[in-house]
Order: sequence, then structure tokens, then C-alpha cells
Amino acid sequence: MIPILQIEALSVGFLNSGAMNQAVDQVSLRLAPSECVGIVGESGSGKTQMFMAAMGLLAKNAVARGSVRFEGQEILAQKSALRRVRGSKLAMIFQDPLTSLTPHLKIGVQLAEVLVHHNGVSWHEARYIALRMLDQVQIPEPKRRLHEYPHELSGGMRQRVMIAMSLLCRPSLLIADEPTTALDVTVQAQIIELLRAVREEFAMGLVLISHDLAVVGGLAQRILVMYAGRIVESAPAEELFRHPRHPYTAALLKCIPSVFSAPRTRLPSLAGQPPRIGEKLDACAFAPRCPRAAERCRRERPQLQVAAAGEFACHYPEEL
Amino acid sequence: MIRYFFLRLAAAVPTLLMIVTATFFLMHAAPGGPFDQEQVLAPEIQANLQRSYGLDLPIWSQYGRYLASLRHGDFGPSFKYKDFTVTELIAQGFPVTFTLGVIAILLALGIGIPLGTLAALHHNTSLDHATMSLAVLGIAVPTFVVLPFLGLLFGVYLHWLPVAGWEARSIRHLALPVIALALPPLAYIARLTRGSMLEIMGAHFIRTAFAKGLPASTVILRHALRPALMPVASYLVPAVASIMTGSLVVESIAGLPGIGRYLVQGALNRDYTLVLGMVIIYSTLLISLGLLVDLLYAWLDPRVRR
Ligand SMILES: Nc1ncnc2c1ncn2[C@@H]1O[C@H](COP(=O)(O)OP(=O)(O)OP(=O)(O)O)[C@@H](O)[C@H]1O
Ligand SMILES: [Mg+2]
Repeated sequence: MIPILQIEALSVGFLNSGAMNQAVDQVSLRLAPSECVGIVGESGSGKTQMFMAAMGLLAKNAVARGSVRFEGQEILAQKSALRRVRGSKLAMIFQDPLTSLTPHLKIGVQLAEVLVHHNGVSWHEARYIALRMLDQVQIPEPKRRLHEYPHELSGGMRQRVMIAMSLLCRPSLLIADEPTTALDVTVQAQIIELLRAVREEFAMGLVLISHDLAVVGGLAQRILVMYAGRIVESAPAEELFRHPRHPYTAALLKCIPSVFSAPRTRLPSLAGQPPRIGEKLDACAFAPRCPRAAERCRRERPQLQVAAAGEFACHYPEEL
Repeated sequence: MIRYFFLRLAAAVPTLLMIVTATFFLMHAAPGGPFDQEQVLAPEIQANLQRSYGLDLPIWSQYGRYLASLRHGDFGPSFKYKDFTVTELIAQGFPVTFTLGVIAILLALGIGIPLGTLAALHHNTSLDHATMSLAVLGIAVPTFVVLPFLGLLFGVYLHWLPVAGWEARSIRHLALPVIALALPPLAYIARLTRGSMLEIMGAHFIRTAFAKGLPASTVILRHALRPALMPVASYLVPAVASIMTGSLVVESIAGLPGIGRYLVQGALNRDYTLVLGMVIIYSTLLISLGLLVDLLYAWLDPRVRR
């Protein structure tokens, strides 16, 4: 079976006044059709840039190397192939619903233009399809919304519009980059529920990016943990929650509040800072913050190794 | 929005009154009068003239009389061009100046905006650098240098266009003055557009538009251009004001029968009514333009509307 998305040795660097900062470092991953994968990691670990590279949306000063294949077709090197699928078969929504819609265009126009461009339908027909899609993402009074401007909608509504927009051409893969981070907690849960519903309905693949394991946990079948531009662990969600192998994953899990933790106790948070991007590492990037780090960790960088259920990159993993 | 528009319209009347009042008293406070000339008039003639124009009255009653005549749309007689009323003088020259100004501002917008956009899209390339260098030149070199230079080049050497002079409805006679007049605002608009375009192209909603797979031309024209024009809209009133003062220079160099020259001549001659008439015309134009710009804002950014 051809994976829907196959990333091979993808590196993304940013050129800043002559120096190259590596944001994503030799990352590989495969996504089966209609699989839901969660990507977690601290801020700055390269989650966003990895998929920006896939979408061809990197900043001007960025350099991407490696290969990204979508439905078997190379889209990192071949921009024409990317143009054919971007926004139709391969869609992405972003972390900032409040600023991600064009302020001076009505919602109806912003939705319809996708269909007009990709499917060549008339504006009239496009608006009709858009209307039904708004209904499908449970936006109340969808007819009225078509004539409204983004600032007339709440943050949650705007994210629903973004989701509707991404679904218009029936994508086979949706990349959702922290779709709930900017929203209220109750709205967050609703958006996650909506993503779950539309994923089933459209039988599409979903990449759910978040820095919060708890957000990803309920939805993703498989979870990838990123640290300092690399994948440090990858495992089926249940397995990862039950038996984290990488100490970083274990530490992240300890930060999730549970119903059993005593009220009013402070949640543990991860001590220390992630390494500055661009630091050349002949060591495990996590070693300075790792309770299990030994001499070898500061000398030799651990490679991803296959484990029973997934992969991890650690010399001294947590025991099963 | 409509309510707001009419409120602004009503507020324009006191603004105009204040401008007229300030100009009136400043003019009269300046030393000398309209009938002080090289050849000194006999005192009795001087006094007669003063009386017939009402200049012997106390300043407050002169002011009152002027306002009263304004209420009937009468700008009064010119003190210098004795056979003409101010209304006649302005009515004669206004079409020339207006045509000149409108073409100049349209040219400045029509070329400045695309040029700035192009420079922004080719940020840090030679096209960008060339455009911006030209823009600096356009802003820095004064009109009274540009126009004679253009005249020399296209008129004297190439014989393409007349250097100066005026024929009714002749585009050829307007060409060089219009170009000279449009150049500084054009350069400024190009720079403004480039700057705001660069900023907008980094906005999240532009990222969304690209993620939707829209072609670059659609992203720029439909999504980026309108918000990028906000600073240009703000510059519109100063731009027209600078074209008004510029037309004064251009008209006198190119010998065009517009009204630009009246402002300076009138002020030097202490032609009180002529200057006041000019001030009223120009202020009214600028105030109406300000209202238009408010409407423009609402179109550019619906968040402004209420
Ligand atoms: N235009 C740029 N120039 C230089 N560095 C950049 C640029 N864009 C991103 N980076 C760097 O790339 C690194 C990875 O950023 P990325 O946005 O992928 O992080 P992230 O994991 O998505 O974090 P977050 O949870 O905050 O969204 C960051 O350290 C960031 O500073
Ligand atoms: Mg991010």
C-alpha cells in the first residue's frame, strides 16, 4: 500500500545572516491512508516547520532538503506536483484561527474561491457547496455566515470555518497544526470532536500537531514525539501512554494532569531548556535535562531503533 | 456608517469657518494693503479706494460683511484684478488646475501602486533596488528642477512635446507638467505600497491563501492588495495637498492659466478676497477628500465599519 505521506530524511534550515539554523533534522515518517498521527513536542521542536516544508510554505530564508512524497508523488522538489494537490487533496489548518482568515473578504468568498480554483465550478455552485460544508462543521445559521466577515465570528467559529475550507475539495490528508491552542478549553474539546467526526466521515488521513500530549492522545492512533528537530520516539498511542521508552516522552507524560492527582498540587513541568537551535550535537540533545543520562549520552548521538511497537532514539530507554 | 458620514459632513462647516477666520485675520494682520504700490497714489485716491472696498471699516465689520457675502456664494471682488470678481477668476482657471491635479494623482496612484507591489514581490532583487532608488530620486528632486529638465529633454532636444504654453483640451501641453507634478507623490506611493505589501505578505491570512492552493496572482490581487493600500489611503490627503502646492510651481513654469498662481500672487498683493477664495476652494476640496478617504477605509477594511 502506498503511504499517503512519506517523508524521507527531511531537513529544514533557516539562513540567518550567513549562519544556518537547523530546525528540522533528518526526519523520516510514513503515514498510511486515513491514519491519524499525532505530533508532539515542546515549542520550537520543529513540528510546524516540518509540515510547512511539505506544504511549500516555508519562509524565504528557509532551505529544505530530503524528500516528501504525497500519494507516491514527490512534492518537495517538484513544485508543479505540489500545486496540483495543495489546498485540494492535501490541506492544512493553522494554530491562529483569529488571524488566518482574510479580514476584508466575506466568509462565502473565502470558501467558494477554493472550489472555483480547484474544481472549476461556478461561483454560484461553489457558494452552495460551501454552505453545505458550513452546515457539516456545525456552524449555526450557515447562510448568514456566508455574508459575514471573519471579525464577526468567534475564535471557535473561525476555526470551524478553516476546517470547512480545508474539507471543500475532499482532501485525503489534513494537517492540523495546533488547531486548538488559541481557543478556550471548552471550545478546544469541541474542535477535537469535530476533527474526529470529519476524519471518519471523509475517511482522510489526519496529522494532529500539538505540544500537549493530552490533546493528541484522544484522537491519534500513533504518536510521534519530537525534540530539537528530531523524532525521538514513535509508537501507537496506547503503547506510548502505557510504556514510554524515551525519557523525554516519560517526562511529558508526567506533565499531564490526571483525575487522580491531588487538587491544588502544582503540575510538574519539565525542568531546563531545549537546546538552542543550530547547536552542533555529537550528543543526545536531551541529555542535559535527562535523569537517565550517562557518559555515553554526551558522546554519541542515539539513532532511532526499532522496538516492539515503535521506534525510539535513546541509549538507556525506560524499561518496559 | 451613513449617520457617521453626515456627522462628518456637518462637522466640516465649522472647520471651514475656522480656516476662513484664521486666514482673514492673518491676512489683515500682515503689513501693507492691496493698494500699496510702486507708484504712490495720492492720499485722497487711496482713501477713496479704501472706502469703496470697505477697507476703512473696523476689521470686525469687514469680517462680518465678508461672511455675509459668502452666505450668498459670493467671494467678493478681486482687489488686484479690478475688472473681475474672485468667483470669475477662479471659475476661469479652476478647470486647468483641476485637470492637471486629477491626472497627476491618478498617474501617481496608477503607477505608484503597481510599482511598489512589484518591488515588494521582488524584495531585495535588483528590480527592488532600482525602483526604490528611483523613488528616492522622485521624492528628493524638486518639481522646479524636474519640469525644466523634462522640457529640455522632450521639448528642446527631442521635439516630442511643447515645453510650455497652453491650448484648450490639448493633452500634449499638459503632458510634461502632469509628469512633473505626479512624480513626487508617485515615488512616495510606490514606497508606501512596497513597505505595507512586504508586511502583509508575511501575514497569517496570506499563508492561508497559499495553503488553499490559490495562484500567486489571486493571493496578491484578492487577498493582499486591499489591506496593503491602507497607508496609501492615509497618504491621499497629504498627496493632494502637495499636488496643489506643486501645481503653483508647475503652472508658472509651464505658463498654464490655472489658479495655482493666485495663491502666491494674491498673498503678495494682499488681494484679501482672492486669497480667501482660494483658501476656501482648496480647503473644501481637501475636507471632501478626507471624507472620501473615510469611506475608502471602510471598503479596505470592514472592521472599520460599524
Ligand atoms: N523564518 C525563520 N527564520 C529563522 N528561524 C525560524 C524561522 N521560522 C521558524 N524558525 C525556527 O525554527 C524552529 C522550529 O520552529 P517550529 O515553528 O517548527 O516549532 P514548533 O515545534 O511548531 O513550535 P510551536 O509549538 O511553538 O509552534 C524554531 O526554533 C524557530 O525559531
Ligand atoms: Mg508550531
